[in-house]
Amino acid sequence: MSAVILSVEDLTVSFDGFKAVDGLNFEVEEEELRVVIGPNGAGKTTLLDMICGKTKPSGGSIRFKNRQLTRMIEYQITRAGVGRKFQNPSVYEDLTVLENLDISYPKKRNVFGSLFFRRIPEIVEKIESVARQIYLDEQLGTKAGLLSHGQKQWLEIGMLLMQDPELMLLDEPVAGMSAREREQTAELLKRIAKGRSMVVIEHDMAFVKMIAQKVTVLHQGRMLAEGTMEQVQNDERVIDVYLGH
Amino acid sequence: MANAVSAVNAAGARSGAARRTPVEWLQLLGLPILGLLLVLMPLVLSEFRLNLLAKYLCFAFPAIGIVLIWGYGGILSLGQGIFFGLGSYMMAMFLKLESTTSDSSAQALSEFFGSSLPDFMVWNSVDALPWWWEPFHYFWFTLPAIIILPAFIAFVLAYLNFRKRVGGVYFSIITLAFSAMMAIVIVGQQGVTGGINGITDFKTFFGISFEAEGVRTGLYFVGVALLLIALVVGRFIVGSRLGKILVAIRDREDRVRFSGYDPAMFKGFIFAVAAVLSSIGGALFTLQVGLASPSLVGIVPSIEMVIYAAVGGRLSLIGAVYGAILVGASKTYFSENFVEYWLYFIGGLFMLVVIFLPEGLASLLDRLKRSKSARAGAPK
Repeated sequence: MSAVILSVEDLTVSFDGFKAVDGLNFEVEEEELRVVIGPNGAGKTTLLDMICGKTKPSGGSIRFKNRQLTRMIEYQITRAGVGRKFQNPSVYEDLTVLENLDISYPKKRNVFGSLFFRRIPEIVEKIESVARQIYLDEQLGTKAGLLSHGQKQWLEIGMLLMQDPELMLLDEPVAGMSAREREQTAELLKRIAKGRSMVVIEHDMAFVKMIAQKVTVLHQGRMLAEGTMEQVQNDERVIDVYLGH
Repeated sequence: MANAVSAVNAAGARSGAARRTPVEWLQLLGLPILGLLLVLMPLVLSEFRLNLLAKYLCFAFPAIGIVLIWGYGGILSLGQGIFFGLGSYMMAMFLKLESTTSDSSAQALSEFFGSSLPDFMVWNSVDALPWWWEPFHYFWFTLPAIIILPAFIAFVLAYLNFRKRVGGVYFSIITLAFSAMMAIVIVGQQGVTGGINGITDFKTFFGISFEAEGVRTGLYFVGVALLLIALVVGRFIVGSRLGKILVAIRDREDRVRFSGYDPAMFKGFIFAVAAVLSSIGGALFTLQVGLASPSLVGIVPSIEMVIYAAVGGRLSLIGAVYGAILVGASKTYFSENFVEYWLYFIGGLFMLVVIFLPEGLASLLDRLKRSKSARAGAPK
């Protein structure tokens, strides 16, 4: 058993009285790749939003390496080592692929540091290696806005790789991708999962099977089931609310 | 590894570095060309016209700042007149105090009234120089103050708002309100600010008369030099990693937080830079025109500064200079020839640019390039 890196306890958030996440308990271990599934409105995205600081929980605690994330704001959480990829690819469209990766490099993130920032060979090397991993090494000079949907998804994963977070939160990383791109992405995720923890939200069960070690099923803001893919697939309640459809 | 470096460098450089077309050369050499044009102007223009040009160039400073904050940072400020006014008034206070102590007619006045205060204070029966006027006896105080004070005020104003995530149109309205407030305060506190008449009638600058041969032309060259420095600094900022982060903030501020940046800090910084530019423009204006006036502080001049930047091109630092000159010159032309209608002409000019050239004059070159390559049948 390795150590717990993220521990969510009794986490609750309500929007106008509607509890999107309701007393959720959830743990992720070091170097674990966790997949979260569940029907629409189960609170999957809201859970990630609360971990990375986008949404403030109404109650409960989120501990990451013994730091209480609920008391920190977004950029502090990012600097603590949590990286987030959003559901719709969120890249900086007016910047090139190179610049997108460059500003994701986790050093000199203050005003004067970035003003006098120079792209030393070490960083150039890192950008180049990430670009190769995300299959975009030919597109370094292209404006991110001109990339295809799938390539934008990859670029955002690449930006996370530059950040090199200890915990990666990925929200539907293969949405809008072709079958071939999905395979490439599964391969990519397995490769980059080494040495860090990952929480992935996904709807595509074929993709989940490709990558999952342990699966958490959410339903109406609560945990419904947790276990290996096989256990979850044979769970009556899960079949009932989600897989059966 | 050598391969890796070259790939990134190639991506960073301009694409297709083959032969440059004349239009591309024009874009590349924009700064030296502008510098040369401005340096040659004294040979072509009469002294009267040169003074006018010098005046327009003062407004190019706030326009460059607006390109930085609006074009790159996405912050539309309708209050750059505040900082223009700060620079202008601080310089005016220094000049006024110098004139009051050294000029012979001012001394005659003070002997008659038994007061050694600036003339407008005497007219308003002010007994003593306000404490905040005192440090402006000294140039070593005035000059740093022209830079530091606006930067400080701008940063605090911007940071407090942006940290609370007040942005967009709300921030524009706040700046608008501040510029109106400042003009109202200046007009209202006539005894210590000169009121609606402003502060004027300066005689000397470091003992040299403003009327002396070559002084105006010299000031013009000082303005040109500072303007070119401002453009170089602006280019450095835009080209730096900070410049890229600003563009990222403009387009997706929420995402930038998850890249580990504090957007409020960056917006506060660039807003302060724009304020300093505006203040320098104001200080030069006072030297050049011999006047600090509330009519350069309030809402109308603040919006005019945005028009300069919009006409020149929101994303073009050099465009801001041409925008300031073009709009300034047409203002003069229309007001000389069509006294009653000139404001309509300016409004019309602005509308024409917004409708037909939304990216400003700077985009004319891009259009030229595109139509040329289209005619040549080039693939890109």
